[in-house]
Amino acid sequence: MNAVCPVIGQHLLISRSDRVLLSVDHIIFGRPLAQRVATDKQNSGSCVVILGPNGAGKSLLVKTLCALQVPDKGQVLWADSAPDKQRRHQVGLMLQKPVLLRRSAESNLVYALRLKGHDKQQSLRLSRDALQQAGLAHVARVNATRLSGGEQQRLALLRALLLEPDILFLDEATANVDPGSTLAIEQQLAQAKARGITIVMVSHDIAQARRLADEVILMHQGQIVERAECAIFFESPTKNLTKRWIEGELLV
Amino acid sequence: MQSFADAMIAALNLIWEFDADLREIIFLSLKVSVSAVLIAAVVGLPLGAWLATTRSPLRGFLVALTSTFMGLPPVVVGLVVYLLLSNVGVLGPLQLLYTPTAMIIAQTLLILPILIALTRETLSPLQAHFHQQLSLLNATTLQRLLTLLREGRHGLVTALLAGFGRAIAEVGAVIIVGGNINHVTRVMTTTIALETSKGNLALALGLGIVLVAIALLINTLVLLVGMSTRDDTTAASALR
Repeated sequence: MNAVCPVIGQHLLISRSDRVLLSVDHIIFGRPLAQRVATDKQNSGSCVVILGPNGAGKSLLVKTLCALQVPDKGQVLWADSAPDKQRRHQVGLMLQKPVLLRRSAESNLVYALRLKGHDKQQSLRLSRDALQQAGLAHVARVNATRLSGGEQQRLALLRALLLEPDILFLDEATANVDPGSTLAIEQQLAQAKARGITIVMVSHDIAQARRLADEVILMHQGQIVERAECAIFFESPTKNLTKRWIEGELLV
Repeated sequence: MQSFADAMIAALNLIWEFDADLREIIFLSLKVSVSAVLIAAVVGLPLGAWLATTRSPLRGFLVALTSTFMGLPPVVVGLVVYLLLSNVGVLGPLQLLYTPTAMIIAQTLLILPILIALTRETLSPLQAHFHQQLSLLNATTLQRLLTLLREGRHGLVTALLAGFGRAIAEVGAVIIVGGNINHVTRVMTTTIALETSKGNLALALGLGIVLVAIALLINTLVLLVGMSTRDDTTAASALR
């Protein structure tokens, strides 16, 4: 184990060219989680995909970064200070199972925008435009809980993006949806990235990482095994564990 | 002493004629119980919602307290309200004893714990479901409570109907604080008790039938609301 997690509880930094978006320092949940990686420098947003087997600590890491979980030890920083409610909308998270209110698709978006502080008219206009652009205008008036799984997930993504976060986390967001919806979600993510939003995806899907990632992180047993640019990660990984994972070996 | 058949025929006749006395008793019963449910709802729904969402160390104690009060014998509630409203009680100067208001107070106290507990039970799973998403959307505590109350509206209607059912069928507390005074505080349950003891079975039975009809209506509504909620839940979970 020491070979793959040489240093316990160091530093994880996610940034873009102009500023550091967030960082983690020595976070520990009973056992140490996450270590230091180099920063990514791009003008537009980037896409980081976190891969790893179940129990690697991916979801826990992401929820910690979003300040939904408080670590036993260590510190999460948004930019250079502790998370606070004023900047809540700058850090978005799309959960694996979409959590939607029992009201129309449009009302779900309006609800989120109203909580962000938009007035009613503005919220309605933004919601309608977003549904139109995402090809979901035909379900605007349908109760969100009656939409298909794929449509629910696309709606949840739309809601997360409407709040214009600087960084958006996705926790296995396409794990339970059909290929058509996965494609639609990936297209929405590509557009968001082009608008400058940094995407951090937790995924099991190596093919999806190849399609979307600028950078890939492999996690195992609460540690970051390797972080590299996508091409380098898949073509010439430096860690033996990464090579075995890419070749399809089951890591336990 | 009438036979059951005679009493039943006389009772149905009374209901058919729907005379002023019967009307007055039924309307006062409905007025008292509906008022009690509304007042208990204003207090109980927010309290129940708060109990479903709070992490206060008092939560466990308050939940236990609510459960205890749910099982309070109505006569004990009646006695407490009587002591409060009687001339020597702290609310004595208000002169509310033996008025419909006193009956509303007693019924409100009786069903408040039920409403709080049922609201908490309805909203607790919703809180677990929505908690993280509402945090991500930056909802304040008040926005959270209002959202959960709206999401749980079907379950809450069931809770209100259950509260109404308990209130209108209650006799022990209202007879103590209302006094069963003719044309003033006489409601269905107290009239049934009185008329039975007097041997006037026709009126007692007639009111009994009305009471059963109201109970049947409430239970049908609870069932219908429950079915529509299940439909929603099934549809939602099947699609996930």
